[in-house]
Amino acid sequence: MERISHLLHPSVEIGGVMTDSSARSTSASRPGAVLAVPGWAWSSVKAILSTVITLFGLVALTFFIGRLLPLDPVVAVLGDNISQAAYDAMYRQLGLDQPLLIQFLDYLRGVLVLDFGTALTTGRPVIDDITRVFPATLELATVAIIIGTGLGIPAGVFSAMYRGSWIDHIVRVVGLVGYSAPNFWLGLMGLVLFYATLGWIGGPGRINMIHEFDLIRVTGFYLVDTALAGQWVAFRNVFGHIILPASILGLGALAFISRMTRSFMIEQLSQEYVITARVKGLSWARTVWIHAFRNIAVQVLTVVVLSYAFLLEGAVLTETVFAWPGFGRYLTNALLAGDMNAVVGCTLLIGIIFVVLNLLCDLLYRIVDPRTR
Amino acid sequence: MALPQSHQDTSFRAWLEAPIPSSTLQARAQQLWIGWWRIRHNPSALFGLGVILLMVLAAVLAPLLATHDIYAQNLANRLSPPSSAHWLGTDELGRDIYSRLIHGSRITLYIAGLTALIAAPVGILVGTTAGYLGGWVDTVLMRIVDIFLAFPSLVLALAFVAALGPGIQNAIIAISLASWPPIARLARAETLSIRKSDYIAAIHLQGASSWRIIVSHIMPMCIPSVVVRITLNMASIILTAAGLGFLGLGAQPPSPEWGAMLSTGRQFMLNSWWIAAIPGCAILLASLAFNLFGDGLRDILDPRHG
Repeated sequence: MERISHLLHPSVEIGGVMTDSSARSTSASRPGAVLAVPGWAWSSVKAILSTVITLFGLVALTFFIGRLLPLDPVVAVLGDNISQAAYDAMYRQLGLDQPLLIQFLDYLRGVLVLDFGTALTTGRPVIDDITRVFPATLELATVAIIIGTGLGIPAGVFSAMYRGSWIDHIVRVVGLVGYSAPNFWLGLMGLVLFYATLGWIGGPGRINMIHEFDLIRVTGFYLVDTALAGQWVAFRNVFGHIILPASILGLGALAFISRMTRSFMIEQLSQEYVITARVKGLSWARTVWIHAFRNIAVQVLTVVVLSYAFLLEGAVLTETVFAWPGFGRYLTNALLAGDMNAVVGCTLLIGIIFVVLNLLCDLLYRIVDPRTR
Repeated sequence: MALPQSHQDTSFRAWLEAPIPSSTLQARAQQLWIGWWRIRHNPSALFGLGVILLMVLAAVLAPLLATHDIYAQNLANRLSPPSSAHWLGTDELGRDIYSRLIHGSRITLYIAGLTALIAAPVGILVGTTAGYLGGWVDTVLMRIVDIFLAFPSLVLALAFVAALGPGIQNAIIAISLASWPPIARLARAETLSIRKSDYIAAIHLQGASSWRIIVSHIMPMCIPSVVVRITLNMASIILTAAGLGFLGLGAQPPSPEWGAMLSTGRQFMLNSWWIAAIPGCAILLASLAFNLFGDGLRDILDPRHG
């Protein structure tokens, strides 16, 4: 998560692209001013344009990764026990006889209509596979982010309010463990303790087989589906399966959210308006939660959105441990099978989700927070 | 400003704590001394440093510290719990886990160290060049950095490993490819904050080339914050390397890499907890140590962000 800390202090830490674009927006807003376009709208358009360029780069990078494969792509599809004629035919069918630029344009055209080719492992289009497995990951990530946010924000605020107290120390230790513990190991240990030894939770997978046949798939989120159908026994089963992987994923988010919230809040609490509010006789809790919290709300929201994106990364390993039939496990299986179409498709999709969420955060800052205009 | 001779001669410590250093060497030594003094008063950083030194020691002295051959199988004695003969028990092939753990620290430090050695110079070079030269060089380089940053590091490393093939060397290349961009961005930010300073202008007026200014006058200024970032990154590099090993894409069995040990041990963990618990604890401890030490270093080297 260190990778994104630069995104969180547009004015302080990055000195990077964002600072630049906001600095440039003063001069860039001049043409906007003539057209009576507000400065933030103009800079938002620029942010969107630059995101489009980044997305194009993502496509180029994934194309490059796909071409790194030391294995002959024809052999990867057909195996090495084939006639020369069949080899040549597949060679042409895969477009490998075309110049690299044409191959890239073909790839780009495919990406624009979400066509990532056929997955070798399943024999279906990669995009179909992804849409099939994605709801499982989304459900897991959503429960994880609810846990991470629900605990992380209060933890961060309280540790800022009572700096140096035992609350602060506990939050710090939990945060450190969240940063440092390999989540696949926590998953294994959790399964040994809560599933095998104590029997409190359901084991690997999303739901017990016995309930899976009765399941009416509407949204693809089993918690919602079972609740909608009123199948409360199945709901409890699904909950028992999701709670441990989601908590472990959520721990990473909790660590990040609480740490960032704490530092945002500490910065606010040193402001003079806080002293003024206290001098006027407001309670400490009211000063913090009503006055100071409002000022960090946008920053905190940004952190939450970004950690949501990072849950996708954590999901790769967590899903492998919990046999969770989601995106991460699909990616891992594709990796182990050397299925480059699926690997490239998944990687690109994660990149796109990442970039789009970053753009959303950026726009959120510009629109909501007048200080960045 | 020579100090009185008597003062200088009293002791090494007095020399270190002299109010005004009389030579470059003394000034540097005093810097180190102050750094050490601050770390000594920061228990968590001290703990981190201690664990890192222990790991280095274990890696260097592995053949001496190991009690058993790390590849020797003893099927009669498989999955035996920790005992006086096998301090941390044995794995599914009867190999001594303690000895494998000690040897595993070599692999972990090798991956983390080599990755840092590759990623830091590349990141510094790209960041300072982009920051100092500005213009289209900056735009192009930073756009490339942005593209790399658009992937979570593990996912990017996974994609590269898938393309390059599994193995330690490829894992190192993949993790390095994923870890240089944040350093480049940091170095660029540092460069932007000093490129307009008077001392740079003075060197420029003396006729120094851009290359010379970047290498000998800007890069040294970026070192402290990059060292802090690299130390903190070591923690995530260790986690990524272990994750790759766990997925079977990093170090391959029978290598005693901690992630790979965890991966082969997971089938037996329900009855033999130690086989999965111990390598995981080692990964946690190593990553925790770098996080704690990195935080401490940040307080010392980079007071602005403290």
